[in-house]
Amino acid sequence: MPRSLWPWAAVLLVLAVMAAAPSLFTGIDPDAADLDAPLRPPSAEHWLGTDQNGRDLYARIVYGARPSLLIGTGAVLLALAAGVLIGVAAAQLGRVADQVLSRSLDVVMSVPGLLLVFLVVAVLGPGGGTAAIGLAVVSMPGFARVARGEVIRLRSAQYVEAAHGFGWSRAQVVARHVLPNAAGPVLALATVSLGAMIVASSSLSFVGLGPRPPTAEWGAMLSESREFLALAWWPAVFPGVAITVAVLAVTFVGQHLNRRVEGRHS
Amino acid sequence: MTPAGPLVAVRDLTVRFPVRHGMVEAVRGVSFRVDRGQVVAIVGESGSGKSVTARSLAGLAGDGARVGAAELTFDGVDLREVRGRAWRALRGRRVGFVLQDALGSLDPLRRVGAEVAEPLRAHRIVPGRQVDAEVVRLLGEAGIPAPESRARQYPHQLSGGLRQRALIASALAARPDLLIADEPTTALDATVQRQVLALLRERVGDGTAVLLISHDLGVVAEIADHVYVMKDGLFVEDGPAAAVLESPSHPYTRTLVGAVAGHGRGARPAGSAEPRSAGTAREVLRAEGLVKRYTLPGRGEFTAVEDVSVTVGAGETLGVVGESGSGKTTLGRLLMGLLEPDAGRVLLDGRPWDGLRGAERRAARRGVQMIYQHPLSSFDPRYTARQILEEPLRADGTPREERDRRVASLLEHVGLAPDVLDRRARELSGGQRQRLAIARALAPAPQVIVCDEPVSALDAPIQAQVLDVLTDVQERLGVAYVFVSHDLGVIRRLSHRVVVMKDGRVVESGELEKVFDHPEHPYTKALIDAVPRFAWRSSGVSSGGSKRGASVTGA
Repeated sequence: MPRSLWPWAAVLLVLAVMAAAPSLFTGIDPDAADLDAPLRPPSAEHWLGTDQNGRDLYARIVYGARPSLLIGTGAVLLALAAGVLIGVAAAQLGRVADQVLSRSLDVVMSVPGLLLVFLVVAVLGPGGGTAAIGLAVVSMPGFARVARGEVIRLRSAQYVEAAHGFGWSRAQVVARHVLPNAAGPVLALATVSLGAMIVASSSLSFVGLGPRPPTAEWGAMLSESREFLALAWWPAVFPGVAITVAVLAVTFVGQHLNRRVEGRHS
Repeated sequence: MTPAGPLVAVRDLTVRFPVRHGMVEAVRGVSFRVDRGQVVAIVGESGSGKSVTARSLAGLAGDGARVGAAELTFDGVDLREVRGRAWRALRGRRVGFVLQDALGSLDPLRRVGAEVAEPLRAHRIVPGRQVDAEVVRLLGEAGIPAPESRARQYPHQLSGGLRQRALIASALAARPDLLIADEPTTALDATVQRQVLALLRERVGDGTAVLLISHDLGVVAEIADHVYVMKDGLFVEDGPAAAVLESPSHPYTRTLVGAVAGHGRGARPAGSAEPRSAGTAREVLRAEGLVKRYTLPGRGEFTAVEDVSVTVGAGETLGVVGESGSGKTTLGRLLMGLLEPDAGRVLLDGRPWDGLRGAERRAARRGVQMIYQHPLSSFDPRYTARQILEEPLRADGTPREERDRRVASLLEHVGLAPDVLDRRARELSGGQRQRLAIARALAPAPQVIVCDEPVSALDAPIQAQVLDVLTDVQERLGVAYVFVSHDLGVIRRLSHRVVVMKDGRVVESGELEKVFDHPEHPYTKALIDAVPRFAWRSSGVSSGGSKRGASVTGA
């Protein structure tokens, strides 16, 4: 990894630890309201100030890492799993299955993403899990298409043909040669999507379709800060910076990993 | 302009490329000249630096290349001083390029006519209104039938030979003084190759100079006036073509010439497999009345294989000859049971493919293996040589201890050292890769191996080695080959019996000597006639297989 990426890798590590064990970073309860101290600017006592309910913003950002990052990550993992399954099925199960699955994907893709997420959340009820599912539904067709394309490309590869000649069954050939060699482009899409999904999950929370309050979530915190923007800048700026830094770190490190994978395959 | 001086003069040319640690010197000080109306050939194996040498003349040596020379002139212009825009005035206009891979050199999204028109427009050779007419004239001149309609087609709609001729038409469009032809006929079949060479020769008659880069001494012997032999970035020998090829003085040239002579004229090496007539060997593979059709969107049906019947005996080699598009490869896949025929059937050891299902069929697959033209693409890119060899053994459930022993013996059969095992295929040389492919094909102990142009991507000396491995393996293990190739020399060297295919049909078949020495079908005669004649045929140079005497070119 080039030296210039080390800080971003460190940020990613810190964020991961923060999401896993927030109490290591702060002893303050993120939900403890101090109504006598609303909208206090950053100070020695409250490093990043307090919000309108007098809750410590630093603690809320630390505790907010988990829901904020988990929804996006979960959405990508769900989309990856479902997309690869559908894509491989479309490529392997014959023409009829391919037509049915591919046209269904087209239908999903033709519905505006935002509308689709609203629909899923409306049916399942708002919350972190449903937000992740909604985002996964929207991004799944992309994974399915890439996976299908890769499998079709590899299906006619000579080494796959040769493997059939050794007497492997079709499932064995897929597991031994097709999936591992298709992984590169699919994982590349996953790392690229992760940043976008984190932003998208924050946006959902911003409009109130994410985890229910009082859960600390960066997008929700941004949303709450809006009313008081004229009085206090810190409740808006710090969660915003947290989102930006997290997305940049995920993107830079992800791009680097992609280049590594590409280099290995070419 | 100094028409009297040489067109190209090069003295002490060096080309270096930066690599991770320092520089690699691809060309290490070569000097040569090309005169107008002359064909100068640089021959050598791939990696000898011959292409880089030629490309330096057009400023296209490659990314980061450092080109140095005591003298580097083209028609009096000092190429060392040429930069940026000035190169563009030379390329296409004064120096034309023809590369080996015509499909890769033509833009797939542009019609052939547009490709040929490009240099005409770029250099304003003819007024805009006349471009279309000039394109048609050029295509016609390049020997393309019906040039008006061909100009409106896309590269993928043209056969390999037509594409190569279109590329030559495009390179010659601006009437360049120098044509650099880098392996212009390597991908072509014998009859097409002959037409392309005739076209080049014709242009030389008009005063164009040709710098020919090739590893094919047959081609070089056919048209070159002067030959430079290149090895490891240096010229080891040069002189008039006839002199160099007939009495090579450098040992390396002798290997090159020997390798070609060996595969060009020798029949099977003496002593390998006593002559057998068809029917005496136990039959292992039989195809009866195979038909395979493809439906092309919007263009009706295309018959790839039409009523083909062949038999292969144990330990025998059946040569399948034909040009590209003659259905050779489809036949190979039908024999392997990878494709279902539309009619007819294939029997392996007396059992038809279509009677086998599921696990039975998968087990039977092991009986027919395949060796591909490009071994690299037949290996999983993630695998090391060891994993590649172990895979078929895992597939048939060979126990672990047994596998190591088998891998060692496979390596021994194909003459590979055990230290290749931990390398990936792309880290091996072309010859090593094909040996590895042979070893892998042998691993399931097949009765038949289908070889699809297995040596056509290799340099002549390496070709000879790989063919030796194949012959050796056959003698030791008694495996039968179905050997598909457009190269008659290779077919002759390995086959016991041959079938000649054209447009999906077998036009002639029989014992090797009968078909090659007394061809009956006009197409077979044309194929055999089209093989470049080796000027040094009478010389004593050969790699041992020439006792049977009969030459490919016939009487």
